[in-house]
Amino acid sequence: MDQIAGNISLLFQFPVVNLKIVLDGIMIGSLFALAAYGLALVWGVMNVKNLAQGDFVIAGGYISWWLVERGVHALLGVPIAFMVMWGFGWFIYRVIICRVIDRDLFTTLLATFGLAIMIAQILNLLFGSDTQSVDLGYNTLYFFDGFIDVPIAKLIGVLMAGTLATGVVIFMKYSRMGQAIRATAQDRRAARVLGIDTDKVYSFTFSLNAAICGAAGAIIVMVWIIQPFYGITHSIRAFVIVTAAGLGNLPGVIAAGLGIGALEQYGAHIFGIGYQQAIAVLLLLIVLIIRLWQQRRARQSLQ
Amino acid sequence: MKINLSLMGALVGATLLFPGSASASAECETITLGSAISLTGKYATNGMHAKNGYEFAIQKIKDAGGVQVDGKCYNFKVIYYDDESKGDRAATLAERLINQDKVQYMLGPYSSGMTKAIAPITEKYQIPMIEAEGASRSLFNKGYKYLFAVLSTSEQYLASAIALAAEKATESGKDPSSVRVAIAVENDPFSLDIRAGVLEDAAKFGMKAVVDEKLPRDLSDMSAILTKVKLLKPDVLIVSGHSKGAATAVRQIDEQNVKVPMVAVTHCEAADVTGKFGAAANDILCSTQWAETLTYEDSLFGTAANFNTEVKGAYSDYANKKVPYQLAQASAAVYVFKDAFERAGSLDKEVLRDAIAATDLKTFYGDIRFSEAGNNIAKPMVLRQIQDGKYNVVAPSAFASHPLNWPRN
Repeated sequence: MDQIAGNISLLFQFPVVNLKIVLDGIMIGSLFALAAYGLALVWGVMNVKNLAQGDFVIAGGYISWWLVERGVHALLGVPIAFMVMWGFGWFIYRVIICRVIDRDLFTTLLATFGLAIMIAQILNLLFGSDTQSVDLGYNTLYFFDGFIDVPIAKLIGVLMAGTLATGVVIFMKYSRMGQAIRATAQDRRAARVLGIDTDKVYSFTFSLNAAICGAAGAIIVMVWIIQPFYGITHSIRAFVIVTAAGLGNLPGVIAAGLGIGALEQYGAHIFGIGYQQAIAVLLLLIVLIIRLWQQRRARQSLQ
Repeated sequence: MKINLSLMGALVGATLLFPGSASASAECETITLGSAISLTGKYATNGMHAKNGYEFAIQKIKDAGGVQVDGKCYNFKVIYYDDESKGDRAATLAERLINQDKVQYMLGPYSSGMTKAIAPITEKYQIPMIEAEGASRSLFNKGYKYLFAVLSTSEQYLASAIALAAEKATESGKDPSSVRVAIAVENDPFSLDIRAGVLEDAAKFGMKAVVDEKLPRDLSDMSAILTKVKLLKPDVLIVSGHSKGAATAVRQIDEQNVKVPMVAVTHCEAADVTGKFGAAANDILCSTQWAETLTYEDSLFGTAANFNTEVKGAYSDYANKKVPYQLAQASAAVYVFKDAFERAGSLDKEVLRDAIAATDLKTFYGDIRFSEAGNNIAKPMVLRQIQDGKYNVVAPSAFASHPLNWPRN
């Protein structure tokens, strides 16, 4: 209790800490938001709750790391991971997802869960379970007497994440395929009647999701560390963010990602970093309870 | 058995690493050991180190003519199962090794958590287990009779860093009780022991722990703790979270430009912090059970340095990095089995258990003598500092090869 009080008083004693926490949170949140964004797409369009989301992220990270080990520049790793994971996503859709997409919720959950385990173990066999990271060797910018630190690598990561997210939003809004995806999300049958090849839309959506995750992973390996079994951390966060933001609300997903990043950092500061993940899950619970309560009220008004 | 032997002979012959050993060992019989070890899951890196250590020692013993028990010659063979870094799985596999594979002697798994899961089972079946990778002291207060550990218990890992900090405080004319300690450890038995050991030693000097936090199990971010460290400016920062804890700490301490005069971490070699982060790892203190620069030696492996070279030769994985102590101690565990079998002069597990308990062995890994509780009380922990990318022993002073760089910057 004393420690919690002490931690809170630190926030007031050194107001600049608040800025640091928010900045850290936004930098972390923007990376979580990418994977969540992909999940929202797949969930919203195909109604597939992809439990392998985090493992796609880690796989992308390993692609980039593998390339860097072979002399490729780390920043190139991001587009390459995007493309390779696109292909991987397409392959997975053709082999697994298209067979379970019409089945019940439980089947898709099981299939993607199995996929998650497979990916993690394959990465483990290929690369070993050492933690890996890519050191860009860029400097860190310091503000406020060196108190606020913004590693340039992280900044680049956030910018890349931002660019990617904007690109996808524009694509969804204005391109033919983007419109088809949104149409399918709204009503699959109607879209089919109007001549949209929904199977193509699905495979495109799933590939796009895998590619976004891959790029996110390639960024994460530059600013954090990865390990074959870290996928679940990213999966959990993606689910929390999408649930909090609601489906079909893509800008909301990004906002929720940033918000959860910042709140987690606050929680970690006040209650101790050991509770960081607990805070993410607690937020999910609160959001679900509020949602449930809202729905109940809506139903009552109908009666 | 015949088929088994010829198969083994063929295997050895096929192994190009140790040519010419097939003919000498083909006449020896086999003693089967069992081990559940983490080949997948979060402990897989270190589990692999341990397995390599076991295999290296087994091959080495085979090349040296096997184990002589009562005038007959034997070679070791290990049945491994992958415990997936999960305690319940490890326990199931231990049962399986004992009940189905009829294993009479066990080598330990990786990590204190797994050892904790297996020890009650080996105890139940009265199977002697020599383990090399479970350092938690909670393993040695349960009254286990069949559990022996060649390594130093975990509360000793970083406790010497506190003594070192006190020494430095006195040197610079300050009272040791003015030293402020920051602790960040993972929430597992091993790291909690480290925390307990550090707090105990800090209390002895009257030091205060200003930050005392648990690292999350699977998130590679500790910036919230480091922010606090920056505000509170402690004199010592202790981090323990296996390989990922070491990697995260080194990376983020550098990124956030955290200036603490003394930073002590576990598992530096396993995380390869010098290879990954270069100069950022400089002046960090790393605890180790063993270092190849120490002056220990024995008749089988030679000196510690010789062990180091031979492992690098046998396993290309280690050619460009440190041979981790996790590997060395695994080899030492097999060596203790060999020594105990030879002294026991019998394959009976009860006689063997008593022979293990009476072990008094000098090895390349350090002296090995077991307490009543089964932990090794003859070997001290060593602190090394990363100086210009090299690991140099700086404490305890009896083994120190280099002076300590202090304060760190």
